[in-house]
Amino acid sequence: MNAIELSQLPLTRRTWFVRLLQASVIAFFIVAWEALGQLGVLDKFFYSRPSLIAPRIAQWFAEGPTDTSIYADIRVTLTETILGFIVGTAAGLAVGYSFARNWLLGQAFDPLLSMFNAIPRLVLAPVFILAFGIDMASKVALGVTLVFFIVFFATFTAVRDVDQTLVDNVRVLGARRRDVTIHVLLPAAFSAIVASLRTSAGFAFAGAIVAEYIGSSVGVGRRIANSEAFFDSTGVFGGIVVIAILALALDALLQIVEGSFSRWKPRRER
Amino acid sequence: MTVAIHLAGVSKTYRPPRKRPYLAITDIDLDIQAGRFVSVVGPSGCGKSTLLSLVSGLLPATTGEVVLNGTPVQGVRTDLGFIFQRDALLPWRTVRENVALPLRFRGRQDAALVRDWIARVGLAPFADNYPHELSGGMRKRAQLAQCLVADPPVLLMDEPFSALDVQTRNLMENELLALWGGSAKTVLFITHDLEEAIALSDEIVVMTAGPGRIKATYPVPLPRPRSVTEIRFAPEFSALYERAWADLRDEVERSYADSLKAV
Repeated sequence: MNAIELSQLPLTRRTWFVRLLQASVIAFFIVAWEALGQLGVLDKFFYSRPSLIAPRIAQWFAEGPTDTSIYADIRVTLTETILGFIVGTAAGLAVGYSFARNWLLGQAFDPLLSMFNAIPRLVLAPVFILAFGIDMASKVALGVTLVFFIVFFATFTAVRDVDQTLVDNVRVLGARRRDVTIHVLLPAAFSAIVASLRTSAGFAFAGAIVAEYIGSSVGVGRRIANSEAFFDSTGVFGGIVVIAILALALDALLQIVEGSFSRWKPRRER
Repeated sequence: MTVAIHLAGVSKTYRPPRKRPYLAITDIDLDIQAGRFVSVVGPSGCGKSTLLSLVSGLLPATTGEVVLNGTPVQGVRTDLGFIFQRDALLPWRTVRENVALPLRFRGRQDAALVRDWIARVGLAPFADNYPHELSGGMRKRAQLAQCLVADPPVLLMDEPFSALDVQTRNLMENELLALWGGSAKTVLFITHDLEEAIALSDEIVVMTAGPGRIKATYPVPLPRPRSVTEIRFAPEFSALYERAWADLRDEVERSYADSLKAV
């Protein structure tokens, strides 16, 4: 079916067709993996197989909610993600806003911030684990450094480049300095933060998992590291699948949040 | 009659960072009587908009004296309404919330007054819509309601209808005259369109190419109430148009020649 025929189908049928196509691609990928594994092209030792991974994940979830269960791992990873996201966003907003409003401050800190931003943040994970221990704090700290810069740059640009007409207009309408902040600058910043919400939350999640992998006693990242230590590739892939599902769920949730905050935006810009 | 806007020996020099300073307007002497509708016409780049920035206090004058409603302008003034050329409604607020802003900034709340103004500009069915959901003309109406809700004695308008199509524009001009008629408000209206200036005003001021000076002022001898669409056919209209255009044409040509030189 070519593109023109496809575009002439009624919308619901077209969506179903696309959905079907998407499902087939995923199914093909899984079947190919399994087949190549059975045929011995992919070594089971390194690549495992979907037919081994699925029961393993089922087995994890069948275990009761103990301290070492997958439930505890997910709870800890998500808690670290949320904390990293909240702290990073708050810090990024505060610093981004002050730098945009105070030219000299922005200039003074610009080289230092650029330097920090140039460091691949993941190499800081060992530093944080040494400094904050193997508990949650070190994971949150890594998430914060990742989220901070995204929110900082979003806020900084939004506040600095805010449409001067909007500011002039509210001033003539009687806005004092505080009113300009509340009604123009913060909403502009907030809008930029919402637009980068999915990126920054994704980074908080990645930060938590990487830090867990490097050093922790609990968490989905830890589960992967443990499996790896026993050359258990099925466990590694099982952990990866759990992470992928969590990431998709998180992203779907954030899409809803983003939509509910973007009602004032033209559809194209959402 | 009292003077609503008084400008004496006013000039404005812009000093952009790392660029040469330039003189936008100079030697401006202008008195606008309260309750009059005065339009300023001039070629692009003649500093028409600068004039409004100085009167509203958004920018300080480099030299001279600016007096608004009897008090010298020394900072941003809130005893006026300002319709900007560009969209100035807050995009994250509904029409109703936007129109209520001036009252909110003054610590007042008056839902009935807000509703009344939204209805007067014909936006009652759109009160809870966001600006992006409105057409350009509707956004201008909302801005008009926002400006007028706090009942300022002076209205500054910076090419407010230049982005609208001709039909919408004529409708808006008539509505503006209807809203203004009998309100005793002073209007200072900036436009590059001589027809629009004559059709709306009691008096027109023609400016020179930049740096802008006042070249001539003409009283508009046309009766009110007017319909902007029909008044254009009055013989007095064409007579005034010809005289004013003779002044304006030279300036437009000069401004065009200058812009070519700059390139």
